[in-house]
Amino acid sequence: MATAKHTLVALVEDKPGVLNRMASLFRRRGFNIESIAVGHSELPHLSRMTIVVNGTTAMVEQVRKQVDKLVDVVKVSDITGSDKVARELALIKVKANSATRTEIIEIADIFRANIVDVASDSVTVEVTGDEDKINSLYNLLSGFGIKEMAKTGRIAMTRGSLVRSRSRHGRGKG
Amino acid sequence: MKRTGAQILCESLVKEGVEVIFGFPGGAVLSLYDTLPQYPQLRHILVRHEQGAAHAADGYARATGKVGVCMATSGPGATNLVTGIANAYLDSSSVVAITGQVARPFIGKDAFQEVDITGITLPITKYNYLVRDAASLAKVVREAFCLSRTGRPGPVLIDIPRDVQMEQAEFNYPRKVEIPGYKPTLEGHPAQIKKAARLINEAQHPVILAGRGVIISGAYAELKYLAEAAQIPVLTTLLGVSCFPEGHPLSYGMVGMHGMAYANIALHNAGLVIAIGMRFDDRVTGRIDSFAPQARIIHIDIDPAEIGKNVSVDVPIVGDVKLVLKKLNKLIISTERTEWIGQVEDWRKEHPSLEIRDSASLLPQYVISKIYEATKGEATIVTGVGQNQMWAAQHYCYDKPNTLISSGGLGTMGFGLPAAMGAKVGRPDSPVWLIDGDGSFQMTIQELATIVQDNIAVKIAILNNGFLGMVRQWQELFYQKRYVATPISCPDFVKIAEGYCLPGLRVKHRGEVVPAIKQAVEHEGPFLIDFMVEPEENVYPMVPPGATLVEAIEAPKKKVEAISDSAKLPVSNI
Ligand SMILES: Cc1ncc(C[n+]2csc(CCOP(=O)(O)OP(=O)(O)O)c2C)c(N)n1
Ligand SMILES: [Mg+2]
Repeated sequence: MATAKHTLVALVEDKPGVLNRMASLFRRRGFNIESIAVGHSELPHLSRMTIVVNGTTAMVEQVRKQVDKLVDVVKVSDITGSDKVARELALIKVKANSATRTEIIEIADIFRANIVDVASDSVTVEVTGDEDKINSLYNLLSGFGIKEMAKTGRIAMTRGSLVRSRSRHGRGKG
Repeated sequence: MKRTGAQILCESLVKEGVEVIFGFPGGAVLSLYDTLPQYPQLRHILVRHEQGAAHAADGYARATGKVGVCMATSGPGATNLVTGIANAYLDSSSVVAITGQVARPFIGKDAFQEVDITGITLPITKYNYLVRDAASLAKVVREAFCLSRTGRPGPVLIDIPRDVQMEQAEFNYPRKVEIPGYKPTLEGHPAQIKKAARLINEAQHPVILAGRGVIISGAYAELKYLAEAAQIPVLTTLLGVSCFPEGHPLSYGMVGMHGMAYANIALHNAGLVIAIGMRFDDRVTGRIDSFAPQARIIHIDIDPAEIGKNVSVDVPIVGDVKLVLKKLNKLIISTERTEWIGQVEDWRKEHPSLEIRDSASLLPQYVISKIYEATKGEATIVTGVGQNQMWAAQHYCYDKPNTLISSGGLGTMGFGLPAAMGAKVGRPDSPVWLIDGDGSFQMTIQELATIVQDNIAVKIAILNNGFLGMVRQWQELFYQKRYVATPISCPDFVKIAEGYCLPGLRVKHRGEVVPAIKQAVEHEGPFLIDFMVEPEENVYPMVPPGATLVEAIEAPKKKVEAISDSAKLPVSNI
């Protein structure tokens, strides 16, 4: 059966050891995790975790059930098939000199990335987006020589209905 | 009124209806032990090794359906519990383990007798707690008992730093438990139940495959109703043994690696498998890709994560077995299934898996059949692990509900004696027999002192074959009889009994079996019999590891050479 990347979103209790329980479960059951990201949610005492897992549908469903079984997990859903927003953030430190600096900045601009640090021999680019966007930027910049890169795991949520997200935040689909 | 953490713990245990704690003291639980005498309703039984405390709590839990409680100090006390906790986890047994921990300021500093027991037991507990202050202790205990006993039961550990035991707080026992992430589904989905009923009513060749979930949920009557109304043969897993009366005409016994050949054949040829409270363990299914190849599968279990884990299922029903069966039974149309039942009955005649071969020597199977006769099937049987366990499961006829207590999932040698002790404490009025191996028995033999000190009247039958028999059997069958590290010498068990101050007998010949058992039955307290059985007897039938259920070796010694082929070395464990 074909494997694919799945995005699971879990609402978990904000207690010591929760991340450990999650990680221990993945290790023990031999589930291969691409990334895991966790932070506060809009609800007090609850955090939201985004887990990216590579596997067959059946295997990912088993992951979901095992995660759901954890006492500290309030809810978990596989949002892979849903209309969703998924973002990662990367910091990329690129080799630069006076000759290449402008070109790097232009490329960053095209990707709506920010220049967050400039030194005599490097430029650091901050980029947010989905995995493809970050990979494309990375590939383009690698021609100049990458000195360092740090990347967050994916965070994701399903899109709200248009009406609701507009009235709440004054924005359309982001 | 303010109370100490230790008092809060005891008050909470009393509220939970705890009657007995199996434990062993030490520095980090001194305050708890010092407080215990204020609560005479909490009986403490001093074990001789903490592993024994965990197994005893497990045996007690299985025998009573209540939560079994064990207690140990920090560090080595806590780590000694680990095997017992893992055992309870794999067999879904409701155990609450209480451990002392170093005082809060010392946590994380590698203090004397500090281990991270919540970290260590993370993957083998349903949940665990490190208690951070006395004020939260009552809530923790309330939650722990609720988690341990409800849904799919399991062990829960509560780690209490010694300064928390002394800290003062108000005692308020919460009336309700609210765990946002924990809501076991009890009622099966009505549409799924309807689908299941339709499959059952239309089925040509159905079998019921029942596991320990039936026992945990107490669904004996409901299972019996379903089997009788729809005329379906009932097969059980090892831990399902005694969920359905084995003397019943529809009972076809245990399936799996050492299951009845006819039961395995029926399962393999079934058109519909109604799996109830079981989890398709590899010991049960045999080779998974050829498991019940023609069957549709209905799977009823309280744990959604078990559904679809090992086999794919046609009709999953998540819920409590008893509640689901109650609803399902209403939709079942009574049928005669003479042809199918006749077919299964023929298989039973063609493959008499319980026949004891003719032999002048003392056969272990014979011993067990005599224990059955002497106890009239009324006893609770607790086993060791290995051949003794399989023979005990096969040759005692379990007619009464929940009368076999055995370590299934973990297969823990040494489970027997302490678990029997726990079972007897839970069932003081019924006979409890331990059927153990000479190897297994030596792993927790020190609990003899406990049963003597507390006069726990366990009857002990050691099937002494001078071998780690089950491993020897695998060496005979798969390693050309190279008996490496399986011949095992034993102390003189009768002298050991004498040393521990309980009566003991040695039995070498068939003729002595019945009188010895009679003596044990008639004796008031604990009693030990050392049965010197045939050393190289094998357990049959046996489905070789990696084989399909119908590829069992049935008769002793037949076909043995054929599989002694190193290309077929077993991939799974003993
Ligand atoms: C703690 C533990 N260690 C090792 C094993 C592997 N093992 C399974 S059965 C067995 C032999 C048991 O010997 P004995 O208790 O004498 O029982 P018999 O098979 O001879 O009846 C062994 C070593 C185990 N199940 N548990
Ligand atoms: Mg032995």
